[in-house]
Amino acid sequence: MNQNQSNKWTFLALTLGLIAMFILNISLGSVQISFSTIIDSFFSSSDTLTNKEYIIQNYRLPKAITAILVGSGLGISGLLMQTLFKNPLAGPFVLGITSGASLGVALVILGSSVFGGFLATFLISKWSLVIAASLGSFLVLLLVLIVSSKVRDTMAILIIGLMFGSITASIVSVLSYFSSAEQLQQYIFWGFGSLGDLDWQELIIFIIIYSFGLFFSILSIKGLNSLLLGDNYAKSLGLDLKKSRFIIIIATSLLAGTITAFAGPIAFIGLAIPHLTRQLFKTSNHKILLPAVFLIGAIIMLICDSIAQLPNSDYSLPINAITSLFGAPIVIWLLVRQRKMIF
Amino acid sequence: MNAKNQNIILKTKNLDIGYISKKKENRIAKDININLNKGELIALVGGNGIGKSTLLRTLTKVQPALNGDIFINEKHLNNYNNLELAKEMSLVLTEPISSKNLSVFELVALGRQPYTNWIGNLTTTDLEAVKKAIQLTNIEDLQHKKCFELSDGQLQKVMITRALAQDTPIIILDEPTTHLDMYHKAYLLKLLKQLTIDTSKTILFSSHEIDLAIQLCDSMVVMTKDQVVSDQPCNLISKGVFESLFPKDLIVFDEKTGSFRVKK
Repeated sequence: MNQNQSNKWTFLALTLGLIAMFILNISLGSVQISFSTIIDSFFSSSDTLTNKEYIIQNYRLPKAITAILVGSGLGISGLLMQTLFKNPLAGPFVLGITSGASLGVALVILGSSVFGGFLATFLISKWSLVIAASLGSFLVLLLVLIVSSKVRDTMAILIIGLMFGSITASIVSVLSYFSSAEQLQQYIFWGFGSLGDLDWQELIIFIIIYSFGLFFSILSIKGLNSLLLGDNYAKSLGLDLKKSRFIIIIATSLLAGTITAFAGPIAFIGLAIPHLTRQLFKTSNHKILLPAVFLIGAIIMLICDSIAQLPNSDYSLPINAITSLFGAPIVIWLLVRQRKMIF
Repeated sequence: MNAKNQNIILKTKNLDIGYISKKKENRIAKDININLNKGELIALVGGNGIGKSTLLRTLTKVQPALNGDIFINEKHLNNYNNLELAKEMSLVLTEPISSKNLSVFELVALGRQPYTNWIGNLTTTDLEAVKKAIQLTNIEDLQHKKCFELSDGQLQKVMITRALAQDTPIIILDEPTTHLDMYHKAYLLKLLKQLTIDTSKTILFSSHEIDLAIQLCDSMVVMTKDQVVSDQPCNLISKGVFESLFPKDLIVFDEKTGSFRVKK
């Protein structure tokens, strides 16, 4: 009972933290915007906008929402992967899901010179990138799952995930050898990750696909909890193992795939957030972890983005660099502190 | 005869067990005909590699039978789906649980999954079943601990509690006494015996503790190279089944004490 009570307070604090970070994130940037202007801009109609209100409505608000979707989505897909593969090191990045998405995008951006002609102009649109990335991540995840049903050793699965990463990297190098400097630059910029490239129309599509991913994740909560005991126990508890696995994989590839498609390959969030959440809530129960990962992932991503845009300066850093700078030390700290990663 | 049949909860008919790999059948044991009665404690004994685990895995539908039939409550095992089976039998396996970050209470409560709704919310009935299971195995003082804080013996008790919370007529345990000292072995088997009396569940477990099993069990299933016999322990002794359990060069069975001793 006591645990329940303290969880409620933590959830309340996190929700307030998320709101605060959301507003802070919008107010910071090359132009500082006051709190009252932010509140006003939410309610002003589109034809009578001041400059600052225009910045908020069309630039900073979509970016902050994207940050929330990216942080929470990657965190949740990491959580799902760690439970499904029973491995604390699993995450969209380590298992090669991000690599799969990268491969899809590389084939579209860099491969268009190979396919050539009118196909190139058709392929290069944003939507083709999104579809390619989602498809790439889904295929890699499916491959990892097939391999994992043959190979019992979870360590081997992680190594296989890393190998997929290497294969992707080598295919990308071959493709980049044949592509123009312009295409290469486009691909490299995509690789830096960016939260600010989305207009409202793209954001709405993003939200829709993300919602499907989130929906499937919530459906999996019960199954995930029984998977904590191991596959055979889960089966003996009446779980349809194949179906649950499939739903979890679909959820992860929808989340990680679209996020990578719209915001680029964002590193370490998927791995670090679930561990941070388990530390904070001291539980493995997914009914608590899933909403908690959502909140913490969103908060951390908003903070990373606030740092990346270097307040009061015209420069902004690649978001991927910030998340790695933040995520890698967390993983190291967790390992040093508890000597092993509990999940 | 009919009255006797009604008392049978699990029954095998000419069951062959083993593994199929690349079209080659590796038959480990064949023609197994055993009946498990309601409310009994039954031990499954046999030497290493004789197929105890394979038999348990087949009975619990983890792997398919090569031949023959298994009936639970006179319904064929293949006609049960996972969820239906989860309400008939619960398991305690040798494999460690994947996450030891669960609290004991959470772990035991997972036993209620076959009955909970889509998100796994516990109703008052579920909470009562969990509480009752915790009382039956006497682990009230452990319930707020994390699983990684428990000793082997404690964890085994917790896993049995989880199986009890699942509230199935049959509980199957694969070598529950491994890694335990002599006291805890005896304690655990006595606990299982007490549970069959208190809850009238059927408990089948595999074990190497033949002496203890002879003293405590209502019935035993003995697997030897040539046959699988099931009967009451005293009948098995008088039939001389235990003599054929192991090669005779090293240990012999003493019928008077019901235990093995080393040849001098």
